[in-house]
Amino acid sequence: MSDPATNPTPADRSAPAVDLRGVIALLGGFPALSGIDLRVERGEIVLVAGPNGAGKSTLLNVCAGLVPVARGHAEVLGTDLRGDRGALRHRIGLLGHRNGLYADLTVAENLAFWADMVGANEAETAAALTSAGLDGRLSSVRVSALSAGQRRRTALAVLLVRRAELWLLDEPHAGLDPSGRDELDDLIRLAVASGVTVILASHDLERSRALAGREIVVKGGTVSEAA
Amino acid sequence: MSPGRIRLARRLAAKDLLIERRSRVLVNQVLPFSGLVMVVFAFALGTGGVLERAAPGLVWLAVLFSSLSTVQRSFGLETADGAMESLRVAGVDPIALFLGKAAALAIELLVLVTVLLGLAVVLYGTEPRAEGIVLLVTTAISATLGLAALGTIYGGLAAGGSGRETLLPLLVLPVAAPVLIGATRGVEAALGTDRTAVSEGWPWVGLLLVFAVAIGVGGALAFGTLIED
Repeated sequence: MSDPATNPTPADRSAPAVDLRGVIALLGGFPALSGIDLRVERGEIVLVAGPNGAGKSTLLNVCAGLVPVARGHAEVLGTDLRGDRGALRHRIGLLGHRNGLYADLTVAENLAFWADMVGANEAETAAALTSAGLDGRLSSVRVSALSAGQRRRTALAVLLVRRAELWLLDEPHAGLDPSGRDELDDLIRLAVASGVTVILASHDLERSRALAGREIVVKGGTVSEAA
Repeated sequence: MSPGRIRLARRLAAKDLLIERRSRVLVNQVLPFSGLVMVVFAFALGTGGVLERAAPGLVWLAVLFSSLSTVQRSFGLETADGAMESLRVAGVDPIALFLGKAAALAIELLVLVTVLLGLAVVLYGTEPRAEGIVLLVTTAISATLGLAALGTIYGGLAAGGSGRETLLPLLVLPVAAPVLIGATRGVEAALGTDRTAVSEGWPWVGLLLVFAVAIGVGGALAFGTLIED
């Protein structure tokens, strides 16, 4: 029997990755997003730029279903965010300022844990390790002993294991050295080549523009296309 | 209960226990703290039979205080690098999450209770009697299950808010009163403190089991809502 949580319908697959129209979201009773319109097609990399406090992280959290939509039309991967978001969550990967890893477990153990949580098999886990360049010696190193870049790559490998179709990345380059940033960008390109859609919020505009196909600017809780 | 849910819960519990085995926080920090609490109680109450009579209550007070550290540690694993948020975003079954965290916590607390009961024999001069052993073990297990379920509920709740370090004792201690009372009476009956008969302890075990089931079922059903912001 197919599991709707992990096997989207054909209609879901043809729908845009993100379709927001007139979306208002409140944080602490105040509008953090005030009438957002945004459409992201499957397989796109979209850069979300804007000053601190403009609503970039809130936009990503709305797409992840973590911040409720107060008003407007909001669909992610063909699912209405104002309805039951439970089934959608398996398909979204959110990487915020933290990596969501267990420091006392090794890289391989972290991936194996997440594989068990989402029902991925050993081959998929091994493929994610390889794709992220974490196979070999690194896989048996505890996360607490990794560099910031290696931790970030491990976190992205978790998204690969989870088979997330939409990656929401909030400042993914923060704290990484240039080679770490290059490795991260390679991994994002690899994911997009396999059909993943990526929305990334970043202050590192030069690097992110080279990665993204499109740029939007969030300012004062609204969105505009970059010139 | 679906096999998938049980499998997830077992995996979550195994992860917590593996991390505990690696980090040894229970062995190196919580157990020494509990031992110190027991020693301080001994200094405070002195000799003359008072200590022996108060021993069951002191053991469970020490367990209760130490369980706060254990719960904080258990949820600290999930919040330190945002793993709890990742679990939520990934839509991991909250009932499995509750059962897994509670199971790992119960095993850790059971180790703690066993060590503290042993310390009570050494420090307070309590002497277990053969006919009370079954009651002693049943009391320890049922009280531990209740504390683990309670700690998991409030650990999850506190993990979502700021100032969780101070919030947790305020939330847990008042609600844990039935466990403290029931476990103390059960152990008193098992040990024969003040000539209490073993049979007097079983109704308290009943109370502890009802508490554990009620908190466990309620917590499992409510956990998804609790861990949402």
